Amino acid sequence: MAIVTESQRSVTRSEVHQAITRQKRHIPTIALGVALLVAVSFTLLTLFALLARIITQAIPALTEKGSGFLTDTIGSEAGKVGIWPGLFGSFGIGLGVLVIAVPLGVGAAIYLEEYAKQNALTRFVIVNIRNLAGVPAVIYGVLGLIIFVGWLKPVTNGGSVIAAALTLAILVLPVVIITSMEAIRAVPLGLRDAGYGIGASRWEVTRDHVIPYAMPGILTGTVLALARALGEAAPLIMIGAITGLLPETSLSGKFTAIPMLIYSWSGRPDSGDGSVGWSNAAAAAGLVLLVLVLAFNVVGILLRNHFEAKRVGS
Amino acid sequence: MSNETAGNLSVTAVPLISEVKERQMANEMSESPVFAVKDLSVKYGEFRAVRDVTLDIGEHQITAFIGPSGCGKTTVLRCLNRMNDFIDSAKVEGLVEYHGVDLYNSEVNPNEVRRRIGMVFQKPNPFPKSIFDNVAYGPRLVGGISKSDLNDLVEQSLRRAALWDEVKDRLKASALGLSGGQQQRLCIARCIAVQPDVILMDEPCSALDPIATARIEDLMQEIKKDYTIIIVTHNMQQAARVSDRTAFFTTEVNTESDRRTGVMVEFDLTQKIFSVPSDERTESYVTGRFG
Repeated sequence: MAIVTESQRSVTRSEVHQAITRQKRHIPTIALGVALLVAVSFTLLTLFALLARIITQAIPALTEKGSGFLTDTIGSEAGKVGIWPGLFGSFGIGLGVLVIAVPLGVGAAIYLEEYAKQNALTRFVIVNIRNLAGVPAVIYGVLGLIIFVGWLKPVTNGGSVIAAALTLAILVLPVVIITSMEAIRAVPLGLRDAGYGIGASRWEVTRDHVIPYAMPGILTGTVLALARALGEAAPLIMIGAITGLLPETSLSGKFTAIPMLIYSWSGRPDSGDGSVGWSNAAAAAGLVLLVLVLAFNVVGILLRNHFEAKRVGS
Repeated sequence: MSNETAGNLSVTAVPLISEVKERQMANEMSESPVFAVKDLSVKYGEFRAVRDVTLDIGEHQITAFIGPSGCGKTTVLRCLNRMNDFIDSAKVEGLVEYHGVDLYNSEVNPNEVRRRIGMVFQKPNPFPKSIFDNVAYGPRLVGGISKSDLNDLVEQSLRRAALWDEVKDRLKASALGLSGGQQQRLCIARCIAVQPDVILMDEPCSALDPIATARIEDLMQEIKKDYTIIIVTHNMQQAARVSDRTAFFTTEVNTESDRRTGVMVEFDLTQKIFSVPSDERTESYVTGRFG
């Protein structure tokens, strides 16, 4: 192992063999391996424990109600509740967020990356967008209450799915902008040069080359944003989502969403007689939300694979 | 073949008549040059990358820009089709006239300028699309072309770029599946397809092997009767082989800031630059004593 002076140098096969052969018990290497393994196992175990608990808790409620759990309205007995109003609200919010936040966010990202001059003002705007991504959801709830429920009441009709979708769209907008900007920045400069070099305009290059190449990254950001919007309860509480009975569902009337139901039901006491309780109902609603988010993820991944295949020119 | 070779051998010392004629043609700058560059300086922010470049570029000639790294030859090249517009900090001073029109006049449409003055880059950069769609992209943007005309134009462009025979059976295949040399010829075909007047080449062979390089050089000779070509190259032999005129650039150290600014030392017939340059710095560069 030691470095030797020139005069001492003479390489033999056995020396080389010894020098480049891995030592069997190198304690630091083993220790590092174990530490990393522990980190991974702990994370995975927590996740599995959580999933197992939600599933076992959810089973009684789901077997009791069957598919009625998805299609029935909210009842006053734990064993008879359905989550239809929540599902309707969450779908409406998800759709609204997609329609509002994705065009706005991708548009802002394109402007900041492709059009804006890279000066102090642009940098200031970008830093602020990054900070906005870290603002707590409750603050966005306050914002939504003032702007969308209050000022824009003629449009949103107060605390409605529309107001919720607008609030959550603003909440996830910074995430969409930042991930889209990163995806756009990763587009090779040579691709832009190629377009400009034959006379394409900035918009033509952006439309035909930059956006298609950045699409997989933009989709990743969109899926992340959507998952976040579907899981938030705090802003919905602020803008007045319903936790009790809600016989009618509409986009502009009173509304609720799955996270609201989970939050509300988790706080209610179980009867303790072994029948289906509110904790079972909350777990079942949680499972539905998980499946919903997972389904969005799968669609996102399929779309991403489609666009990634296009990058190699197929 | 052997007879010809034998015949030529006896006269190698004396240039052939056709060669002499060609050189005379290259010697007289045409009355109206394609580009007239006067006192061109480019700054990136406070840093002056290149200064006081003055040269005229004649029609249907190949002009080479040579010089060590950082001498501003690529910067000057990118001024000729306003590619520097995309660098926010770049500031162009002086005059760049293209057929008598000041390219930096505010009424000039830079996209149209770049369509007429196409560019081929150092690293082959085909679009991640099919071979056909790569060549067809430019004409489709211009629009107003029928499907059969487009097919003809693509074939013609690929033929001119000496690529047709290699790709005619797989036009729908991805351009990224081609070799580096083929990709670069595809980029030339893509450039030709929008029917430019000038082709700017920024070290087009630096990423290619000698065989692919030779093909590109042959191609340049082939197409120069239709296009004016300006090539930036690190390879002096390449400049000597392909160009009619050569501009030699070098760097000067600024005494106050210690940063380097590019300057054009000499612009003349390639033959002269490589045999009897008028500037000492050119001589030491082309003989390999510097750079």
